[in-house]
Amino acid sequence: MKRTPHETNSSWRTINRRALLIGGAQVGFAGLLALRMRHLQVDQADQFRLLAEENRINMRLIPPSRGDIFDRNGVVLAENEPSYRITLVPEDAGDVDDVLAKLSALVPMSEEDIARAKSEIKRSAPFLPVTILDRVTWDDVSKVAINTPALPGVTPEVGLSRKYPIGPYYAHVVGYVGPVSQRDLDRFEDPDPLLRIPRFQVGKVGIEQKYEDVLRGRAGAKRVEVNSIGRVMRELDRREGIPGSNIQITVDSNLQAYVQARLGEESASVVVMDCQSGDLLAIASSPTYDPNKFVRGISFNDYAILRDNDRRPLASKTVQDAYPPGSTFKMVTALAALEEGVIGPNDTVNCPGHLEVSGRKFHCWKRGGHGKVNLERSLSESCDVYYYDLALKIGIEKISAMAERLGVGVSHDIPMSAETSGLAPTKDWKRRVRDKDWVIGDTVNASIGQGFVLSSPLQLAVMTARLATGTAVAPRLIKSIDGTDLLIGPTPDLNVSTKNLDELRKAMYAVSNDRQGTAYRSRIIAEGFRMAGKTGTSQVRNISEAERRAGVTANEDLPWKRRDHALFVNFAPYDNPKIAVAVVVEHGGGGSAAAAPIARDITLQALYGDTPPLDAYPAKDRDAIAQLQKQIQDMMPDISASRKDRA
Amino acid sequence: MSYLEYNVKTVPTGLRKILHLNWALVLLLTAASCTGFLMLYSVSGGSFNPWAEPQIKRFALGVGVMLCVAMVPIWFWRNLSALAYLVSLVLLAIVEFFGATGMGAQRWIDLGFMRLQPSELAKISVVMLLAAFYDWLPIQKTSKPQWILVPVIIILIPTIMVLKQPDLGTAILIMLAGGTVMFLAGVHFAYFASVIALGVATVTAIFKSRGTEWQLIKDYQFRRIDTFLDPASDPLGAGYHITQSKIALGSGGWTGRGYMQGTQSRLNFLPEKHTDFIFTTLAEEFGFIGGISLLMIYVLIILFCVSSAMKNKDRFSSLLIMGIAMTFFLFFSVNMSMVMGLAPVVGVPLPLVSYGGSAMLVLLLAFGLVQSAHVHRPRGVK
Repeated sequence: MKRTPHETNSSWRTINRRALLIGGAQVGFAGLLALRMRHLQVDQADQFRLLAEENRINMRLIPPSRGDIFDRNGVVLAENEPSYRITLVPEDAGDVDDVLAKLSALVPMSEEDIARAKSEIKRSAPFLPVTILDRVTWDDVSKVAINTPALPGVTPEVGLSRKYPIGPYYAHVVGYVGPVSQRDLDRFEDPDPLLRIPRFQVGKVGIEQKYEDVLRGRAGAKRVEVNSIGRVMRELDRREGIPGSNIQITVDSNLQAYVQARLGEESASVVVMDCQSGDLLAIASSPTYDPNKFVRGISFNDYAILRDNDRRPLASKTVQDAYPPGSTFKMVTALAALEEGVIGPNDTVNCPGHLEVSGRKFHCWKRGGHGKVNLERSLSESCDVYYYDLALKIGIEKISAMAERLGVGVSHDIPMSAETSGLAPTKDWKRRVRDKDWVIGDTVNASIGQGFVLSSPLQLAVMTARLATGTAVAPRLIKSIDGTDLLIGPTPDLNVSTKNLDELRKAMYAVSNDRQGTAYRSRIIAEGFRMAGKTGTSQVRNISEAERRAGVTANEDLPWKRRDHALFVNFAPYDNPKIAVAVVVEHGGGGSAAAAPIARDITLQALYGDTPPLDAYPAKDRDAIAQLQKQIQDMMPDISASRKDRA
Repeated sequence: MSYLEYNVKTVPTGLRKILHLNWALVLLLTAASCTGFLMLYSVSGGSFNPWAEPQIKRFALGVGVMLCVAMVPIWFWRNLSALAYLVSLVLLAIVEFFGATGMGAQRWIDLGFMRLQPSELAKISVVMLLAAFYDWLPIQKTSKPQWILVPVIIILIPTIMVLKQPDLGTAILIMLAGGTVMFLAGVHFAYFASVIALGVATVTAIFKSRGTEWQLIKDYQFRRIDTFLDPASDPLGAGYHITQSKIALGSGGWTGRGYMQGTQSRLNFLPEKHTDFIFTTLAEEFGFIGGISLLMIYVLIILFCVSSAMKNKDRFSSLLIMGIAMTFFLFFSVNMSMVMGLAPVVGVPLPLVSYGGSAMLVLLLAFGLVQSAHVHRPRGVK
């Protein structure tokens, strides 16, 4: 197209003008970009550099090794053992199905294992190891290790897991660990970050739970550089954790194992306590269970069997169950009355077989009555009316105050799960809790350890130890932490007249040494080992008038669940008390028949520190005892094998 | 003035043309490309593969294309404008029906040795055709409404086709570059004022249409706008790109963290680190100094183009050079705005630096046209 020179020039000028405008705008915008760049890179550099570091660096926790638990002689009760597991990195495996098939040909794997592994592989990132098999035997691990070239991505790994070498003997004391649950996390305001590690194990029951903070130790940490999908590129630095502290407990495994074996499948509990120091030498509840099963994750079936068992193997009966103490409580009533001065040791009470209080008849266990009884006879023959009479004279408040002084109805802070405080009832308590007024009949019942009075076997042992020594000895379970013995303060005095205590002990001696004593058949005849004790039979039900008339009172005729509990408490040796023992056999029937023989065997075992000689027993019992000893020895494990030097 | 009117004898011929090339521009283009090679080598973790080596080969090929294009007289290219435009439209149509799908959008044709993005070609051919159109149109008619309609249609046809792919970024680029050529040709300011007013109205309409039956743009495009306006609202989702990109830039500081020391890119926190977000790696590893240097190179390229356009008395040449310069400017300014959190993420590569074959080849071809216009400019005419 032809244009005039004028046209050409004017159009050229227009273009140039506008080109300058555009060029200026472009340079201006570039300037804006430069300003923005400066703002981000110079003014805010520190902030962004920090964010980049946060992106890049990840803290990974190193779990500390959990503290071991030993008995008083250094026998290992809980330790960490290497556990082998087989992991697979899906990314390295390539054909995961093929590798799993090869692996299952090599080591035993159930269909369920394979299905679980496959679903876990699907869920996790391809570069993260997935645990295919846990707790694999050494043989299987070796097989896998040898064949790794044929199994791409498969690695045998070693971790630590908790092991209880003589687990069943300590299930209720030491307890067990298990994987952290949401409930565990909720318990703490600011939970240790360790708890968030998958599969991390914390104490669930017993000392493992109560001393969790001591046993756990402190986590170490490593800083690793990760990329945007969390793959670890390299480790930057690491700080090792502090391993958990070792704990030594006061229990003697030989005695504990003996006690468990002696109790067998009976639903019973035993506490053996050192009278002087308060050390719990044995604290056993039967039947028991294997805590190792819980560490591995107990199967639903196994758990159901334990849960539904009438004899409650999961319950720690020594501390968590409170029973009416029955006649074992009579020492409390007697001591309260002696201290109040309402009766002397030789004053007598007539027992016609019952006592009528405000129109209601309270019976003595002996239908015909005991006649005139003094303190010694009342205790050795366990006359009830004598104590009804004392209780009416002093009232419930004095009895309960004495019970608490002797350790019944108060908590002893033993690091075991669900410790009960028992109950030493008062008028105030009944009004507050039951919303009813105290009636005189309640006092009468309480005087012989029935009605509202409740005591755990541990409390009975404490009571016996306090009666034996005249000091307010307190039970303890933890002997040392990390090799440092816990200090025992001086034991406070019980502030009870020595004369009264002596009279009471004499009466207890008569229980198991006087021909008329309820536990005479379970006496010890070795001099220097003689014991003093008290039988108890606590009613599970109230005997109705109709039953009484029909005469169905024989325990053997009742279903197991409705039979009386059998109790026995004792200390020995009589003239130099070393140990106090409490035995409770649930639904065992009478204390003298079911509980006292067990208490005698345990007392002797504890005093001799080994199987006692037969001549400690009365001559006519020896054959039966010899047979029993042999039976128990066959059941006992070789505990010395698990002893190891205290670290 | 048009080439019909001046003496072609004043134009250098044969190998002498090489001496008349705008060598400064060639050097600047090479510098920008070398920055790209350096960064591609870094983001692949210190390796020529998979990105740096193919990029170098394409650059070599592109420089060859540029020189060849530069040797051919500009009037030849002007005469080819309409054809180039038609070819672009046909290719866009082919992509629409047979193209492969990459990243959720249909954008390229697989030629075997490279992937051709017809939208890249369209950007240049629209500018060419518009320049040729205004070269032909009598100057008095420039602002006449009926003669406004023609360039508008020329711009809108490829814009709509690109928008359907969907590639919002390129569509905006085509419109802005086309508009720039119209503005330079002398179209009255009133038109631009009304278009801007219309644009504002359209944007309002788009936002109003959200969630209704007649929604004008796709949901993911809405989300990108949302995250642009408030990236912190979704730091691990769609806002992730912008947040991580800002972290990378910011952590560079004055002098950067050192070559191949950028943790954000090396540890894969950066998205698309070899293509759209390559600038963040540069800024992380070389800091403010590195970033501003590349920006300076780009600005100098623009300035050399503007100066070349202003010196050139040929109407087609001036318009073409300015249009291409505008396209180039839009590339880098939109990309940088995006990675610095000033614009939504619209998928525009950093010119000459981002990994990508057809973008590089087409850009160098376009600069070949600029060179051709520079070499064959009218001389000695008043």
